[in-house]
Amino acid sequence: MLPFILKRLGLAILVAFTVSFISFSLLFLSGDPAAALAGETASGEDVEAIRVLYGFNRPMLVQYGEWLVQALQGNFGESYYFKLPVASLIADRLSVTMTLGVCGITFALLTAVPLGVAAAIRPNSIIDRVALFLSVAGQAMPSFWFGLILIVVFAIKLGWLPPSGATTWRHFIMPTIVLGYYAMPAIMRLTRAGMLEVLSSDYIRTARAKGAGEGRVMFKHALRNAIIPVVSLAAVQMGFMLGGSIVVESVFALHGAGYLAWESIARNDLPTVQALILIFSMFYIIFTFLADVLNAWLDPRMRSS
Amino acid sequence: MTRHTETPLLSVRGLTLDIPLPSGVLHAVRGIDFDLHRGETLCIVGESGSGKSLTSLAIMGLLDKNIQRSADQLDFNGIELTTASKRQMRALRGDRIAMIFQEPMTSLNPAYTIGDQLSEAMRLHRNVSREKARARAVELLEKVGITAAESRLGQYPHQLSGGLRQRVVIAMALMCEPELIIADEPTTALDVTIQAQILSLLVDLTKEMDVAMILITHDLGVVARVADKVGVMYAGELVETGPAGDVFGTPMHPYTRGLLRCIPQPGKTERGQPLGTIPGIVPSLVGAVQGCAFRTRCPHAVDACRGAIPEQGAAPHEFLCIYPDGAASAEGEMT
Repeated sequence: MLPFILKRLGLAILVAFTVSFISFSLLFLSGDPAAALAGETASGEDVEAIRVLYGFNRPMLVQYGEWLVQALQGNFGESYYFKLPVASLIADRLSVTMTLGVCGITFALLTAVPLGVAAAIRPNSIIDRVALFLSVAGQAMPSFWFGLILIVVFAIKLGWLPPSGATTWRHFIMPTIVLGYYAMPAIMRLTRAGMLEVLSSDYIRTARAKGAGEGRVMFKHALRNAIIPVVSLAAVQMGFMLGGSIVVESVFALHGAGYLAWESIARNDLPTVQALILIFSMFYIIFTFLADVLNAWLDPRMRSS
Repeated sequence: MTRHTETPLLSVRGLTLDIPLPSGVLHAVRGIDFDLHRGETLCIVGESGSGKSLTSLAIMGLLDKNIQRSADQLDFNGIELTTASKRQMRALRGDRIAMIFQEPMTSLNPAYTIGDQLSEAMRLHRNVSREKARARAVELLEKVGITAAESRLGQYPHQLSGGLRQRVVIAMALMCEPELIIADEPTTALDVTIQAQILSLLVDLTKEMDVAMILITHDLGVVARVADKVGVMYAGELVETGPAGDVFGTPMHPYTRGLLRCIPQPGKTERGQPLGTIPGIVPSLVGAVQGCAFRTRCPHAVDACRGAIPEQGAAPHEFLCIYPDGAASAEGEMT
């Protein structure tokens, strides 16, 4: 198991460096950063002065090295627009997004996995139909619309929950449901399909032939094998959610990282965009790594590969 | 064969399995009877689809939900399996009745170690400590001829070859010292060289531990070597049952004779001589089936074969054919 973990870790670090280089290069791909900084009315000399001031005239690799050393220390430069350190700007926003992301994926997993298992145990039963209906509805409904419906019903008509903001845990209930429900259908269907396949396999019959009860057959023998692809999918969705959902954050006025990313792109605030891309990618890399380790623990065959 | 005065360990009467299909009811097993005594090996032979595997699953209570089981009697050691509760069946399975399946590559759970899977039945039924179950597992792994048994416990199925896995499966079936083992084509999926090894291992162990065995196979060579009793299945019926010597020595049902002609016999079958085949195909068992199901393929069929066929012969050698003598003499000329 340890060699496997080390190998995956090495790979993850390699990917992280590649991603960091790409996100650094964005600065140059999007045109002359000095000209962008100086503004449209600046003269040639001004642009040149800015180029020297910010060090854009040096070789790209040198600049990358410098940027990376700074980034590793948590220093991502200063936002062009807010004139604040990018790191503190993001840290503020990220706590909202992380809370929402963790709640969202938890909600998705807690609804999708039991539903998927129940649907697979009794295919074509009422539970299966309900699960299918919920997943189709979840896939078909746009998040912004579902979010607005929830606000109308629970915040305005019933007055149970606050319609927007991020100050108490109650503010997170509706966003969690909207974000989690978006991820639920895929997880549910994958769980159901995996369980159906595993339940028809020979080793399940073997377990029954040993006298194992249904609960033991379902959860000890079947679910452990069926959940393996779900882990990989959940990791990707977790990364996606921690990248912030611009739609959900906008609807509920949660000023999270997703919203910040959208603002920064609109304002050409490159240091912020760069840092966000790097952080979002790191989330993906970390969760993919964790999913690999979890899968290797679940399925011994993966450890040797 | 000296034990027929005892009450049988397993007594099956009128076992019927129906599968409702959109096109009608498939009568997969149609009223079969047999007895199995302690320590005996019964071989059930027959071609694919004749109902052999379903019969074994019916005894285990492991049929798919859509299959309807009925029987006049399905008695295991005084317990009527047709009326036994789920809990009672669970208590029997893996403890007093064990099963060995055909596919060693897929019948072990890939996510758990050999040790865990071997211990499971014993931990479920005997309430023993982990250590005790593992000690028993090591003992049995050695018995089935696996070297370095202790270290195998920590291995996973994918680290073992097919032959080794089937040895593990056999050891697993023996964990709780069952009275009956049902082995459904336990060697079919293995290399030919391994088949004989695994089979003799299975037979030796069942003899040594005095376990009764139902061995399902379509390999008549196997049957000739290991069976005390033989049951020949055709289209959901046991068309001939009896002591192995009788069935092989004086086969009465034309289907049994046909099967026997399909295998080469050293000394009898000449080089270059084509092996026998049974012309025709198995009839559909969907809808009502009347008379002898083999009559469309039987060279000796007469009008009476369309009617109900009463059991012929005397226990222990019984068969379902009304014209065995004529058939025997007619075929005597052919062979």
